[in-house]
Amino acid sequence: MLALSTPFATVFHPIPAGAKLLALLLCSTMLFLVTSLSLHILFLIGTALLYVSQGTAFLWFGVRLLKPLWIFIALIALWHVFTADIPQGLIILIRMITAVSLANLVTCTTPTDALIDTVMRLFSPLKRFGVKPKRIGLMIALFLRFTPVLIQKSAHLQDAFRARSAKKSTWKTVLPLAVIALDDAEHVAEALRARGGIDGT
Amino acid sequence: MERNIVLITLFAALIAVLGLVPKITLATGVPITAQSMGIMLCGTVLGAKRGFQAVLLFVFLTAVGLPLLAGGRGGLGIFASPSMGFVIGFPIAAYAIGWVMEKTKTMAILPSAVIAAAIGGILVLYIPGILGMAVMLDKTVIGAATLMTPFLPGDVIKVVLTAVITAGIYKARPHMVLSRT
Repeated sequence: MLALSTPFATVFHPIPAGAKLLALLLCSTMLFLVTSLSLHILFLIGTALLYVSQGTAFLWFGVRLLKPLWIFIALIALWHVFTADIPQGLIILIRMITAVSLANLVTCTTPTDALIDTVMRLFSPLKRFGVKPKRIGLMIALFLRFTPVLIQKSAHLQDAFRARSAKKSTWKTVLPLAVIALDDAEHVAEALRARGGIDGT
Repeated sequence: MERNIVLITLFAALIAVLGLVPKITLATGVPITAQSMGIMLCGTVLGAKRGFQAVLLFVFLTAVGLPLLAGGRGGLGIFASPSMGFVIGFPIAAYAIGWVMEKTKTMAILPSAVIAAAIGGILVLYIPGILGMAVMLDKTVIGAATLMTPFLPGDVIKVVLTAVITAGIYKARPHMVLSRT
């Protein structure tokens, strides 16, 4: 559905999710232990090479995933120009870009359900504390089904608002949307009960 | 039982949808999105425990790769970004909001929701948020707090809007506001 996946087939896709997660954990930890600028530049180049090894189009795909970081890049750049501590600013920026790119690489080359399975396995010792994996599975399925439904209903509300007002809708559609979510929840719960309930078969 | 689980799930979906509502830009130039209103609504409507579970479900699903955080962010990268503290703080904030709501049941719903959302959505959320920024950006806690000040006016507006919306929900569907039952 909405997953952060890539249209590219890469050599990273077949690697098991658990191995990728472990490698990511190790790399991220190392990034925060290293304090030399030249090493950080090297790590960034290495990360870029990982992307480039799958074609330049994949590199640009990875760069586009970094877009939401721009506000932090701007803030940090400003801060360090003011405090005249440019090298430290560079380290922070490069480290942030490397760390986020590596994490994105794992996310976009691992199917979401494989990641969910792996994380659920990591959490399975929690069964002893009353966590029910089956229930979580149902919640994930419901979430994936109802997010697009609510997105659509939210768009309808905004259209209706625009048809009646020249102003921008923004927060005014939140209340009706929340009420719609509550009503939908009631209906879905009834439907579930009618079919034997959550813990039924 | 069924109803609570479905409610938790649909409010998690509501947070995702609110991340897509067009954002408004404040006079200070800082864009604000409705997403954190979704987090606060989970607390004010569902109460501490269920609000916490709804936000946790949302954070979990973004972390494993659904790009549902405002601005289309998602994936494990959010824990490597400077807003990591806020993401971790979201479920805690929802719990705190629900807790305050449950403690102020005797009050009218509007002031109760204002107090709860202000305590949870600003005070409780900013602590991990600012700590996270300080760690990820190598700043002192004071420095990170300074970086946060442009966002404060937007968050105050959202606290008030959340309370108004909560009161509206309570009027429309009183029996479904779990923090009051």
